Amino acid sequence: MSKKIITLHVNGKDREVAVDERESLYETLRNELRLTSIKKGCEVGECGACSVLLNGKCVDSCIYLTVWAQGKDIVTVEGLKDETNGDITDVQKEFIKQAAVQCGFCTPGFILKAVEIVGANKPYTRDEIKELITGNLCRCTGYMNIVTAIEHAIKHNMDKLGIPYEVAPSTTSFDIPDAEKEKMLKDVLAMQNNDVTKA
Amino acid sequence: MFDISFLYEAKDVKDAIKRLSENPNSEIISGGTDVLIRVREGKDAGMGLVSIHNIAELKGVKQDGSGNIIIGAGTCFYDITHNEIIQKYIPSLGEAVNTVGGPQIRQTGTIGGNICNGATSADSASTMTALQADIVLEGPNGERVVNIKDFYTGPGKTVRDRCEVCKHFVIKKENFENYYGYYFKYGKRKSLEIATLGCSVLVKLNGAKDAIEDVKIAYGVAAPTPSRAYKAEEFAKGKKLNDKTLLDEFAKLALEEMKPRDSWRASKEFREQLIKEMAKRSLVNSIRRAGGRIEYYV
Repeated sequence: MSKKIITLHVNGKDREVAVDERESLYETLRNELRLTSIKKGCEVGECGACSVLLNGKCVDSCIYLTVWAQGKDIVTVEGLKDETNGDITDVQKEFIKQAAVQCGFCTPGFILKAVEIVGANKPYTRDEIKELITGNLCRCTGYMNIVTAIEHAIKHNMDKLGIPYEVAPSTTSFDIPDAEKEKMLKDVLAMQNNDVTKA
Repeated sequence: MFDISFLYEAKDVKDAIKRLSENPNSEIISGGTDVLIRVREGKDAGMGLVSIHNIAELKGVKQDGSGNIIIGAGTCFYDITHNEIIQKYIPSLGEAVNTVGGPQIRQTGTIGGNICNGATSADSASTMTALQADIVLEGPNGERVVNIKDFYTGPGKTVRDRCEVCKHFVIKKENFENYYGYYFKYGKRKSLEIATLGCSVLVKLNGAKDAIEDVKIAYGVAAPTPSRAYKAEEFAKGKKLNDKTLLDEFAKLALEEMKPRDSWRASKEFREQLIKEMAKRSLVNSIRRAGGRIEYYV
């Protein structure tokens, strides 16, 4: 089957790609555009590892055809940045601070879902957050820290909007010392800038 | 890469029908959350797909001049749950479709696909059956309207011809006005689960809110197709809410009309128990939502 050239709006840029109409969005983004933050997990829309933001809403890119995404705004973790200073977003910082990452396979999916949740500008409770992330699976089962990270990210956003919001008291038994957290954050930021040697 | 022979993006419904008629080995794809998985499993491998995914006329919820609610077949579950008309008039349908799959699936999966798949376990099916929705289909020979009670012919089978496109659902005003509903989904998990049993109740109380004026009860997975328990409905009409025998008799009659079977999810006996218990709890919850007082302890 011949390929056809279509334009996809990915991470704020128009990208021309040659696609086979049988391709899933997952395959095009990962194989053609090399956006490797997207992971292939279950391939049947249960695990959420392949989540991408399509017009601001998370969809499973493994069961979404590429041709359908024409004219829609696609965002992956590679395209996330804080508009004010070009830094990583609050959501990503909180994932690092709360150690909401274990093996890391589910993380890009969770981060995009968290961006959608925070972007709704609503003061979700812990239980509501749990409900909202049911489409993403973490097989390390590190859900506690993920929910806490999303809660803190919502808190940052609510502070900006001037809406009162209380983060539920931590129920995790383990807590990383602040100095350690700062070092971790620095390491990750260095990696983000491809400055791995200095880290 | 999916194993399909072609993918055609239809410009409108007529275009889709034309393409389906021309290709005998083709089927409709809308949200894709079921079709693409069937293709991947090899069940529908090699088929041609006619996509109605981006057809705008199939999307959205609106009310016509006489107050009937029209739900576009291509409306995704998320949009139904968050639609103002649905939230105002039939919130139980919004809640029912909010139990389908996970949040990501609900962004792409559509109510048209949920109904046309013919699955008895479809989360929207029991509520749509209780609402007595009319299904508007368009095929090569023009448009026809089928009521949901005549739509299902067996497990995974419906009266819809392969070349027919489901355009929208019409829910008549008299079938939702002053009715309060509740959808009860029983599953092993809270999310990403196919219902072991689903039960949807709609109830209308009298003016004094002490008796049932009308009730509708429909089940999913309790029979090969989504079905209503007419005997139980007839029995409950006009009954006082303080009638001690109401709930037990209602549940017993509901079970009489259902034909549950064994599956790997649950045994027949367990499903029978569920049918009775879910009838009671769904009725109680609907009555309470309608503003009625009824004694029941879970």
